Amino acid sequence: MREDSRPDPDALLAAIRADDAKARRGRLRIFFGMCPGVGKTYAMLEAAQRKIAERVEVVVGVVETHGRAETEALLEGMPIVPRAKVEYRGTVLEEMDFEAIMLWHPRLVVVDELAHTNAPGSRHPKRYQDVLELLDAGIDVFTTLNVQHVESRTDTVRQFTGVTVRETVPDSLLDVAEEIELVDLTPEQLRQRLSEGKVYFGERAATAGDNFFRESNLIALREMALRLMAEHVDRRLRSLQPMLHREPWRSSDRLLVAVSASPHSAEMVRWTRRYAASLEVPWIAVAVETSEPLGAEDEKRRSANLALASQLGAEVVLTSGTHIGEALLLAAQQHGVTQMVLGKPDGPPWRWLWRSRSPVVWLIQHSGRIDLQLVRTEGGEASSQKMAGESRPGRLYQYVVVLGIAAAATLFSVLILPLVGYWSVALIYLLTVTIAGVLLRRGPTLLLAALSAMLWNFLFIPPRFTFSITEPHDVMMFAMFFVVALAVGHLTSLIRDRERLEHRRELRAMALYQLTRRLAASTSRDETVREVLAQIKKVFGLNAAVLLRDDSGAFPGTPHHESTWMPSAKEEGVAAWAFQRKRPAGHRTDALPDADGLHLPLLVGDRVEGVLAVEMRPDTVLAPEQRELLGAFASQLAIVAEIQRLAVVQRHAQVLMESERLQKTLFDSVSHELKTPIAAISAALEQPEVNWEEIRAANQRLRRTVEHLLSATRIESGRVKPVPEWCEPGELAREACTMAAAGDRVQLDVDPGVPLLRVDSGLTTQVLATLVENALTHGASPAPAVLTVRHDADKVRFDVADCGPGLPPGTEEKVFEKFFRLPGAPTGGVGLGLFIARQLAEVQGGTLSAENRPAGGARFVLTLPIGGKPQLPE
Amino acid sequence: MKPIALVIDDELQIRRLLGVALEGAGYLVREAESGSHGLQAVSTLRPDVILLDLGLPDLDGLTVLRRLREWSRTPVVILTVRDAEEDKVVALDAGADDYVTKPFSTAELLARLRAAQRRAQPREESAVFSQGGLTVDLVARTVHRDGAEVKLTATEWSLLAMLIRHAGRILTHRQILREVWGPNAEEHREYLRVYFTHLRRKVERDSAKPELIINEPGVGYRLRFGPA
Repeated sequence: MREDSRPDPDALLAAIRADDAKARRGRLRIFFGMCPGVGKTYAMLEAAQRKIAERVEVVVGVVETHGRAETEALLEGMPIVPRAKVEYRGTVLEEMDFEAIMLWHPRLVVVDELAHTNAPGSRHPKRYQDVLELLDAGIDVFTTLNVQHVESRTDTVRQFTGVTVRETVPDSLLDVAEEIELVDLTPEQLRQRLSEGKVYFGERAATAGDNFFRESNLIALREMALRLMAEHVDRRLRSLQPMLHREPWRSSDRLLVAVSASPHSAEMVRWTRRYAASLEVPWIAVAVETSEPLGAEDEKRRSANLALASQLGAEVVLTSGTHIGEALLLAAQQHGVTQMVLGKPDGPPWRWLWRSRSPVVWLIQHSGRIDLQLVRTEGGEASSQKMAGESRPGRLYQYVVVLGIAAAATLFSVLILPLVGYWSVALIYLLTVTIAGVLLRRGPTLLLAALSAMLWNFLFIPPRFTFSITEPHDVMMFAMFFVVALAVGHLTSLIRDRERLEHRRELRAMALYQLTRRLAASTSRDETVREVLAQIKKVFGLNAAVLLRDDSGAFPGTPHHESTWMPSAKEEGVAAWAFQRKRPAGHRTDALPDADGLHLPLLVGDRVEGVLAVEMRPDTVLAPEQRELLGAFASQLAIVAEIQRLAVVQRHAQVLMESERLQKTLFDSVSHELKTPIAAISAALEQPEVNWEEIRAANQRLRRTVEHLLSATRIESGRVKPVPEWCEPGELAREACTMAAAGDRVQLDVDPGVPLLRVDSGLTTQVLATLVENALTHGASPAPAVLTVRHDADKVRFDVADCGPGLPPGTEEKVFEKFFRLPGAPTGGVGLGLFIARQLAEVQGGTLSAENRPAGGARFVLTLPIGGKPQLPE
Repeated sequence: MKPIALVIDDELQIRRLLGVALEGAGYLVREAESGSHGLQAVSTLRPDVILLDLGLPDLDGLTVLRRLREWSRTPVVILTVRDAEEDKVVALDAGADDYVTKPFSTAELLARLRAAQRRAQPREESAVFSQGGLTVDLVARTVHRDGAEVKLTATEWSLLAMLIRHAGRILTHRQILREVWGPNAEEHREYLRVYFTHLRRKVERDSAKPELIINEPGVGYRLRFGPA
């Protein structure tokens, strides 16, 4: 064993450690406090200093000392990553340099103020997202957090302090933390510190003390912090002792929260998260899509609410139906929900009790075994989607149309009244209500029904022009008309709504179906990408780019060339992120939301095939169902792309197998061809009288084998590049004969009228020489071989004919295959000569074929294109 | 006194083989295993002929040749591997006298060495060239094939006169093109094919089996001079 090839044990160990580090997730330690000033940063830095003393590599990502001298002293001797400067609307903001930390890749990084919101244009909108990625990269993180920044507590904080907290951290982050260390001070101590100016300085200290740091606030905040801490400890304890605290009945519980476009929906989502966390049960957030499309503003709000739910750990479910209550109940039953959380309707009871269509009321009546939780929110009915939009011009316009229809129907009725009587007029009104039900929304239709009844009564039922009815049958008629009109209007608009919903669903299904069908028919990657992009353009009206992984599974450098959108370098960076993290990124997602594009990873299972990057204009809002459809497109593309890639891989494998088979043949025949002459030479040398003739023959054979092998290798590796020049065909033929050492055994017959030929003289000579040699070897006949050169239209044709036994039938093509040797052929040769000859003819645009002559013997025909006319000097 | 042959080649086996062959043919053989040693040896030994391998470990053969040609006119025969036409041509353009392709036959090598030496010897500038039934009077500008006068065009005459001036030596395509048609024509090898075809028809006994104007495939032309 050679010394230098032995692996160095130290290097091995280092490599193993590096692998470990990659696989390992970083550990998060949160220094948790009730409010600013309790000394979290100080405690964190102290802990970091202890780590440094233990020789752990620690760097400071970001620390806010707020000018506190004691804290600053603790930073002594710690490497600090300089802050990145982010320019935003003319001002330069300083942010933690996330990229630099990732590059540095220390063992532990200190990141102050977890709830911080990054400047627009940063990698993530929130600092806690930076931290999560650092953890993913295997870096430990120390960080600080105040209780009022915990997402599920913000409402409570607002209620008793009146301060709306905008910077929040999802509760799930606390579950991620390995350790939460409570940094606690009594309110008196804190106020003491505050008055000593240890927290804030000067004037700010005074105002802070008056407002936020009121003793009542501090007590409440402290209680919240302690409670949260207790919950965390409790959960940890239970997870450590699963046997002791198994509570099986709880696992069957499941919560559902209805999410709408209402701003109060967010509050309900947070409430549900808190409730679910305390019960330790899963929860789902359901949004119902009705036939009435939401406006852009509502759409945005609903998306935000759903995103919040997803962020807080809910499973998000989208469903559709004409009746919100029904749809919610169906979703609840399908997902095995045991409790539903709904917004408590406000206002006096008569207002909502009378609205029998209110989903809440309906659900109270129909929820059966599912419990309902009605949560009071501040003003508003959370699961009603009729928030904004009542005054939208579309609706107003429909009411105007209704008035028009009523007027027209009345006019018509007045005209035909003398002919048909006032009972028939009722039918005309009913007809208009039915038509309106098909064309218009429910509100206007019901208005028309009521209006018709009134008009009929006022204008037509005697006594006319009064609302009073005298005849009993007229009273009955009017009552029936009123009921029928309302019922007809209600039913037709219900049918219309269902149809419209059905239609939208069908459109989506159609789009997906069409895409699937086209993808199934596409045979190449180019075609697949083209089809997907065409469908995206057609269905969403958006341009997009597709970035498919390369053969090694790495992120591609450039988008596929069929892409209809060329992402900028920045956008490609976002796409790369989505690719690596296997998560959607960009436009209105939680990663890099400022990007122009929405970047969806193409996932098949957990394998990522690439990224679908869709160009979004700043005002583009995708409804959840559109977003879902786009996701379905991406999945389809991913599956097809993977299948196509695997097909290529399989083809490669086949080629590899074929080449292995060839290699074996090559090895066998080559080793034979090399060993035989060497054996001959050895034998010849060992005889008392050295047999020079034998040695010469063996030498010749060796030489030819080696040359053939080298030529074949050069051809196969594509290194043969013909250098065409004008040659005289007769001269090529003569040189070939010289090269083949043909002497007088070949008869040359050159047509004197053959023009100059533009070919590579060396390669052509080699082809002809092979043919001549072949003719001399195989055409074992005393009659000489004949080489004729003829002009044939725009080609020159070289015929090499022999008078031997000819080729066995059916081998005319086979003789040009690699390693093919005619059965019973004289020994010698690896079966490469003709293979090489044909390749050399073809790289020059010529052909080489074989045939048997009618008169007996074989003929090889080489044709080469003349290649124009030589240019001559004047 | 025996002529001195200097072999510059890094392969011991080739040097040994050439040594045996050349000594057998009456040469005094000296060896150098690298380009720099070779250059040194040329200046101290003053060899009569040099065999130079193009693939050397330190300086490549071409560099050695160019440096050598700055101060010495000693005939140089290049040793090359097969299929490296371009290298041969470059070496010939750079001043090599001839080349031999490995693997080579000893007889061929010795013939080329002799021819190269012969050309290097000062000889009388004869006004009349005669070979294989062709007689050319360079002063009177007349050409006779087996006693019959042959008319040449101006270009054909230039070609023939150039070949005669360098009789026996290979002229590369580029060298001929540059001298006869000027530097702009260096890449137009088709000129050569056309004019040599015409020239051969006039001066060769059988233009289908040329005996005087020999084609060196991929490299150039040579006029046969002397017995071999």
